[in-house]
Amino acid sequence: MSEDTTPRTVVVLAGGISHERDVSLRSGRRVADALAQRGHQVMVRDPDATLLEFLDESRPDVVWPALHGASGEDGALRSLLDMLGIAYVGSQGKSSRLAWQKPTAKVLVERAGLSTPRWVTLPRDTFRELGATQVLARVLDSLGSDLVVKPAMGGSALGVSVIESGDDLPRAVVDAYTYGEVALIEHRVRGVEVSVGIIDLGDGAFALPVVEIEPRSGVYSYEARYNAGETSFYTPARLSDDVAARAQTVALETYNILGLRHISRIDLIIDEAGVPWFLEANVLPGLTETSMVPQAILAAGFSLGSVYEKLSEVAIAESN
Amino acid sequence: MSSQNPLQQSGNNLDPWYSSYAARTAGLAASEVRALFAVASRPEVVSLAGGMPAVSALPQELVIDSMNRVMREQGSVALQYGSGQGVPKLREQILDVMAMEGIKASADDVVITTGSQHALELVSKLFLDPGDVVLAEGPSYVTAIVIFRSFQAETHHVAMDEHGMIPESLRENIARLKADGRRIKFLYTIPSFQNPAGVTLTWERRVEILQIARENDILVLEDNPYGLLHFDAPPPPALRSVEEEGVIYLGTFSKTLAPGFRVGWALAPHAIREKLILANEAAVLSPSSFSQLVVSEYLDTIDWRAQVDRFRGVYRERKEAMIGALTEYLPNLSWTDPQGGFYVWLTLPPHLNSKQMLPRAVKELVAYTPGTAFFADGSGGNNIRLSFCYPTPDAIRLGIRRLQNVINGEIDLLETFAATGPLHTVRDRSYSAPPPNLD
Repeated sequence: MSEDTTPRTVVVLAGGISHERDVSLRSGRRVADALAQRGHQVMVRDPDATLLEFLDESRPDVVWPALHGASGEDGALRSLLDMLGIAYVGSQGKSSRLAWQKPTAKVLVERAGLSTPRWVTLPRDTFRELGATQVLARVLDSLGSDLVVKPAMGGSALGVSVIESGDDLPRAVVDAYTYGEVALIEHRVRGVEVSVGIIDLGDGAFALPVVEIEPRSGVYSYEARYNAGETSFYTPARLSDDVAARAQTVALETYNILGLRHISRIDLIIDEAGVPWFLEANVLPGLTETSMVPQAILAAGFSLGSVYEKLSEVAIAESN
Repeated sequence: MSSQNPLQQSGNNLDPWYSSYAARTAGLAASEVRALFAVASRPEVVSLAGGMPAVSALPQELVIDSMNRVMREQGSVALQYGSGQGVPKLREQILDVMAMEGIKASADDVVITTGSQHALELVSKLFLDPGDVVLAEGPSYVTAIVIFRSFQAETHHVAMDEHGMIPESLRENIARLKADGRRIKFLYTIPSFQNPAGVTLTWERRVEILQIARENDILVLEDNPYGLLHFDAPPPPALRSVEEEGVIYLGTFSKTLAPGFRVGWALAPHAIREKLILANEAAVLSPSSFSQLVVSEYLDTIDWRAQVDRFRGVYRERKEAMIGALTEYLPNLSWTDPQGGFYVWLTLPPHLNSKQMLPRAVKELVAYTPGTAFFADGSGGNNIRLSFCYPTPDAIRLGIRRLQNVINGEIDLLETFAATGPLHTVRDRSYSAPPPNLD
């Protein structure tokens, strides 16, 4: 804790009942440890039916919603925190909802003139009404067979399939529907997979160094994300200065288009021509031992504790 | 956009020791399926996945009394290292426990371990070389398969039916493997109220399987955690009651007392016992003196057989709740009806895959263990292991009702895509490590 920083009471929310509970618990512990080491009074809470009453009565200085997946990232809990008048780190409810719904985020980004891979959004009922064979045939005609299929909402690559053959498309769509009622089928842009963290420490949002991802398996799956050693990260990315700067600019524009706040991560693919293609935005980027934003923070010369502390102070100041 | 920075050529994989791990650790990794089980610990979720004993059915004052007496009367011994073979008095008492299943033995041949899981690990360490074969029922205990794999041995499954392992399948497996020049190190079996299938090996088959093992010089590893937890009639006598030299018997207090003590044992032929003691000492010096003395005191002063009866009553009630709920909510499916133990083995329609379906179950707030966990080759996709040991009867009924929704939702989804042809698997949600609490 810097000399002019007041010790704060911080509640880190981690766990929840989403598919990403395990990741959330890991992120939450890391944030709590970093803030506790800075001298703050930190409590980690798994949200349950007593949470709102607890927050209302205890009135912590700031809440860190380290909740991945639904309720944490879909904006619901954040909107409730707004109603309670409690400061929290991260994007507000409405913006979180826009980013959480991947197809919505893609529409907004595309309308702003940025590149995003061609896609189609298909609720499960579409297949029931129009016939799966008919629908999938049109999808393949339009987008080709080099595809990424994912649930329209969710993270950590859960339910995501990368396919190269139309024969695999039905299974990939079925897998996406085991996680949610809407699937997003996206043309796969080949290139360098990167992530750009955006943080706002009180003087305006800025992009952290670009992190390049090189999974050993070729696909940045759940296993590649959360098993140390399964993915090589390059920070900064092996990009020319121009291309890296372009990626940072696109990420920052995306952050602003979606109205995000304090901290986020924008995932991009850089194609052969150096064009950044928007894939998705994360209102609560992973903050685990193997996550990219913490790596980018360190690469930028900050400590995790100082950044999490400043983000907390920004949230408190904005709330006041 | 090519590489600019020579320092960045190798990247950072966040694990500087990645290339140093032993080959046998391959597969010890976080997986998507394992992550899904994290949700099972939430109170909203009915977990039919884990095999946690109902320790709430054990009056805590019984344990507290035993602990107090141990500390008052033998505190300095309880807090000290002990023998690598285990406390002599407890080994004598274990003879009484095993006698209930027809086993006669000497306390000299009992080696106490840190749970029977540890005995399984030690036996595997003594016998398995890379490339060896272990025969086991199909399906079999998930963590046994993981242990065998960790010693780079292959598990080959012997078919089962409602009467347990099928002798003819055992003969066929042995003949095939011998013809292929493979070395079979032992036959691993859970003959009574098997995990995960819940079935019990008949007496006639026990005799026949021992005969086959004897004829083929194959050691039998009998794992018997559930034998005393029968609902009505006890299971047939243990394999070890028939055959002394060819059987290593594994027992545990995890189910008849509590798993928190981590006290199990192996009963082994003399020569093997000697090596087991040395291996036990190499691994842990000695099993917990405190735990052993508390268990010994408990057996000495408490009517432990009456407590086992109470456990039986609890598990019988829960099993009946599960069978009743399955009959009501999933009448078109088939399942085993165990007469003891912890588990029901559910068979889904053949086109359903329980592993693929798991995220939907978690969303519906019910957890189960996909059948694929119990086969070394990943088969068992249309099976589910349902545990009735831990949730209350009401929770079990709620869980099965939710499972009905999950299965109906999956059937509806697959019917929607039926016209597209066979659904190829494009994502392997692999079982690289067992989910927690799958004992």
